[in-house]
Amino acid sequence: MPQPSIEQVWEWLASVPDPEIPVITLVDLGIIRDVSFQGKTCVISVTPTYSGCPATSIINMDIETKLREEGLENIILKKQLSPAWTTDWMSEKARDALEKYGIAPPQSVGVPKRCPRCTGIRLDKLSQFGSTPCKAQWRCQECLEPFEYFKCI
Amino acid sequence: MATDKDNLYQFLLRLGDSSLILSHRTSEWCGHAPVLEEDIALANTALDLIGQAQMWLEYAGEVQGEGKTPDDIAFQRDAWDFRNVLLTELPNGDFGRTLLRQFLFDAYQSILMGRLIKSSDVTVAAIAAKTMKEVTYHVERSADTVVGLGDGTPESHTRMQEALDYLWPYVGELFQGDEVDIAMFQAGISPTPETLREEYDALVGRVLSEATLTVPESQFSHKGGRTGAMHTEHLGHLLSTMQWLQRAYPGCEW
Repeated sequence: MPQPSIEQVWEWLASVPDPEIPVITLVDLGIIRDVSFQGKTCVISVTPTYSGCPATSIINMDIETKLREEGLENIILKKQLSPAWTTDWMSEKARDALEKYGIAPPQSVGVPKRCPRCTGIRLDKLSQFGSTPCKAQWRCQECLEPFEYFKCI
Repeated sequence: MATDKDNLYQFLLRLGDSSLILSHRTSEWCGHAPVLEEDIALANTALDLIGQAQMWLEYAGEVQGEGKTPDDIAFQRDAWDFRNVLLTELPNGDFGRTLLRQFLFDAYQSILMGRLIKSSDVTVAAIAAKTMKEVTYHVERSADTVVGLGDGTPESHTRMQEALDYLWPYVGELFQGDEVDIAMFQAGISPTPETLREEYDALVGRVLSEATLTVPESQFSHKGGRTGAMHTEHLGHLLSTMQWLQRAYPGCEW
């Protein structure tokens, strides 16, 4: 097959969902830092969200599977540590998708803006840790439902 | 004489092993914590620590140049080859002691990583910057818990004071430098440990005083973990659990 354009590869990657939060894609999450071709080899730089996040290896596998399905054969995945991933790189589209999914999106002030279920603003932090390294547990005092907040880092 | 490469390797083992061993200790709580939120918090902290260990040990393997992976380094060395600070290998004790140890370590890491971000070694700086984001919320949580339990009920206060009396003699080791630290300082890779003490005492002193806990007066300090001269008897037991699978079935993968 002829070598696809860089834009084409980005487009393919933009359809790969995050394995833990399938409503956002890897590109929306901001963890794909670079796509390039070195000769015939496609080089993808990926940065980890949290250093110990177990989804990292699944993410790499999902990227490779997708690109192979599209016909790419020579693929190198590079781990890029610096600059460290920040939730600032998450797209607006991803933030909206998170909220609709029931996860409060990250806020630069460090606390969720409103309850993703009832939009209530009287909120309590239950724990800085949640079901994945990237989330904290909060509770809405208005609807009394617990919810997850995507931590701002 | 130790070469630059040997010194850097030792330096990286110290960072990686401390995170690795504390991660294992913390993971022992999984399924046993007093409440669900704390169970999840402990497991998440262990996960962050193991991620950090992986980054340090991966770089250590690269520097060593013998083709070793972080797993090889973690699972195929014996107690005397480990370079973690003794504080991290101590048994968990009760929940209060575990969280107090976590705080004493988090406070140290938050200061050290803040300095390592400016390291002349770009990989050290990158790992420190990544780690710093995680340490920032670790220390916030462990400090809050130490204050909550220290300034809590008479029972929790007594237990926290006992924990502090037990753990404090292991704090001094964090700040005792040797020739490896001097070499790292001269290369612009890391500050010497002694220079972190003042900031540490200020941070820890503030939190412990808010927790109504009294810092023991004795200056005595156990040492030997980060130099590898002498570990406590607890490390071997920990390794026998942590390394069991790879020792029984070398190279086993899933």
